[in-house]
Amino acid sequence: MALKFVTARCKGCGICAYFCPKKVLTVTELNKAAIAEGKENDCIECGQCEMRCPDYAIFVERGAK
Amino acid sequence: MKEALVEKYFRAGHLPHLWCPGCGNGTVLGAIVTAIDNRGIDKNDVAFISGIGCSSRSSGYVDFNTANTVHGRALPIATGLKMANPKLNVIVASGDGDCSAIGGNHLIHAARRNVDLTLIVFNNSIYGMTGGQYSPLTPVGSRATTAPYLTIEPAFDILDLARAAGATFTARATSYHVPLLTSVIEKGIAHKGFSVIEAVTACPTNFGRQNKIAAPALMMAWQRDHAVMKAKWDTMTDAEREGKFPVGVLSERNDVKEYTEAYDEIIRRAQGVSA
Amino acid sequence: MADTKVMLMQGNTAVVEGAIAAGVRFYGGYPITPSTEIAEGMAKRLPMVGGKFMQTEDEIAGLGTVIGASLGGLKAMTATSGPGFSLKQEMIGLACNAEVPCVIVDVQRVGPSTGQPTSPSQGDVMQTKWGTHGDHWVIVVSPSSVPECFTLTQRAVALAETYRVPVIMLMDEIVGHMRERIEIPVSYDDVPQVNRARPTCPPEEYLAYRAGESGVPEMADFGSGYRWHVSGLVHDDTGFPKSSGKATMEAENRLRGKIMNHRDEIIQVERHMLDDAEFAIIAFGGAARTAYDAVEMARARGLKVGLLRPITIWPFATHEVRELARSVKGILVHELNCGQYVISVKAAVGGACPVDLYAKYDNESATPEEMLAEIEKAMKGDGLI
Repeated sequence: MALKFVTARCKGCGICAYFCPKKVLTVTELNKAAIAEGKENDCIECGQCEMRCPDYAIFVERGAK
Repeated sequence: MKEALVEKYFRAGHLPHLWCPGCGNGTVLGAIVTAIDNRGIDKNDVAFISGIGCSSRSSGYVDFNTANTVHGRALPIATGLKMANPKLNVIVASGDGDCSAIGGNHLIHAARRNVDLTLIVFNNSIYGMTGGQYSPLTPVGSRATTAPYLTIEPAFDILDLARAAGATFTARATSYHVPLLTSVIEKGIAHKGFSVIEAVTACPTNFGRQNKIAAPALMMAWQRDHAVMKAKWDTMTDAEREGKFPVGVLSERNDVKEYTEAYDEIIRRAQGVSA
Repeated sequence: MADTKVMLMQGNTAVVEGAIAAGVRFYGGYPITPSTEIAEGMAKRLPMVGGKFMQTEDEIAGLGTVIGASLGGLKAMTATSGPGFSLKQEMIGLACNAEVPCVIVDVQRVGPSTGQPTSPSQGDVMQTKWGTHGDHWVIVVSPSSVPECFTLTQRAVALAETYRVPVIMLMDEIVGHMRERIEIPVSYDDVPQVNRARPTCPPEEYLAYRAGESGVPEMADFGSGYRWHVSGLVHDDTGFPKSSGKATMEAENRLRGKIMNHRDEIIQVERHMLDDAEFAIIAFGGAARTAYDAVEMARARGLKVGLLRPITIWPFATHEVRELARSVKGILVHELNCGQYVISVKAAVGGACPVDLYAKYDNESATPEEMLAEIEKAMKGDGLI
């Protein structure tokens, strides 16, 4: 897994999902960012989610895949 | 923002912050912290002073010498602090209302003096803390709780204002353009003199909802689609510029003496020491 | 004993010299009659001792820069008059709530509004206590002479530093613009310095608003390695905002306690000819000057009159006034306004003796003859003559 979620901080704004170039991310019914079904291996570690997340709730663990 | 920087610079136990879902303030604060880290400045040598409003709550989260002061008047307090200890890197966080309305007089005079402060204007085009009233930076024709029939007041260009008043560094970026924002903040901190960085950011709750663009990501996409890099902006016609805004370093000059250094000359004169 | 020099000096200038002697090294302010000579004097004197002066864009910024400089570790001061004092009130509240030491000199004019800029008045006395919004506690002192401008400015700085509180030096146009003989040290090198308590614990143990028995937290200079948070919001001992009712009460109780639990150290009054007095005048600042002569004239007529002169105006000298009320048969409060301080005097006296008011608000201080007439009128009314 290349992404780390700090769920307690996530407010479900959807910025990460919208700008993810590989559509890896989604916002769940519980209003939290998560990896979309079937996209577990699609993250390219571009870091756009980490960079823009206003809540410091998603981080890319590079090379952890 | 990188996790290691959150751990290094954010005060333990203070997150999640109080900002609404999708509010860009967190992203802007992340860029400030990243810029400070890139500059390699010791935390003890940073002062982070803010006024009042949503964005001004930023000072409470970061592990520097911090002050959340009074509405519109962070700049005088920051100026006095810088005079007392010119070695401090003094960052001032202010919202569009804080900085351009109630604090407008302090802004132009800090610019005129060229005090070595780095002012970050979190411009979300609205008073968020009080629930969505228009500010002097709200685009004309916007809806606000105090403008139910749309605003008729033209907005300031805060950087034109600052530059005209004497600011020796001005730059703009958005919460979408994070690397650019980080980079111009870094340059602003490095600049010896009064630097103003306008960080265009979104308030989905109080600006977005009233103006029919409530989705945070769409507000950020708007920033992406309307910002134009300075180099390109300079080649555009007025018609092409319509509705867009330039980003990047917009002005920098180094021919004006910084205020605290100029004051050292006063001390030498008073003490009869020739320069 | 250090070498001294004798000079003829204006009250406002004596404030400048007192501030320099006390170690004030920053001044931020805006020109306003009748206090401007303080700004002018500081502009000249501060850089001579390595300090800094700023003429700010407005009155509010004046106190703003002072608060910033104080956070940076400097003893800092501003001066103003009525309109400017009104403008500074929000910053005074920040200094109260965030406990930032500073001195604000208010050389009163006649008010409200622009009023009479060059005429004496004591119309700001209640504003010094209640000017900023919300419950708050400040210390206010008032000098009656040029030599006292010098010493009391030093004391104002010491009180601000000791209790981490804004101290207001309440002056009037009489004392501010009067010239008198004054004897001051040739050098200020040996003037004792009172400095705020700074933390001695390691930075990681520092809780910015944890107060020991004194009720006054130790204060670290910004940039000294102790990173802390200043806020005008109600906060707990960490300095970070707390919204509970309990937090509000605890904060208010400590801010009050740190002043009121030290009232004996803070409150100063001068007792003049009171030992055998049957009747007392209460007056402060420039208005008290008339009273010395009036007391002498009354004594010459066989009237046992004395003077209680509050030097500390707020907190109010409740015990001292109450004690006075038990030892005399009548009190005359004289002030250069329509009657403000008399309200607190009456509250303290609580009916123990009659309290009369000699209010003067015609742009002039009283003459001793006028005051003597008021004394005799009050004493007759009280059945004392």
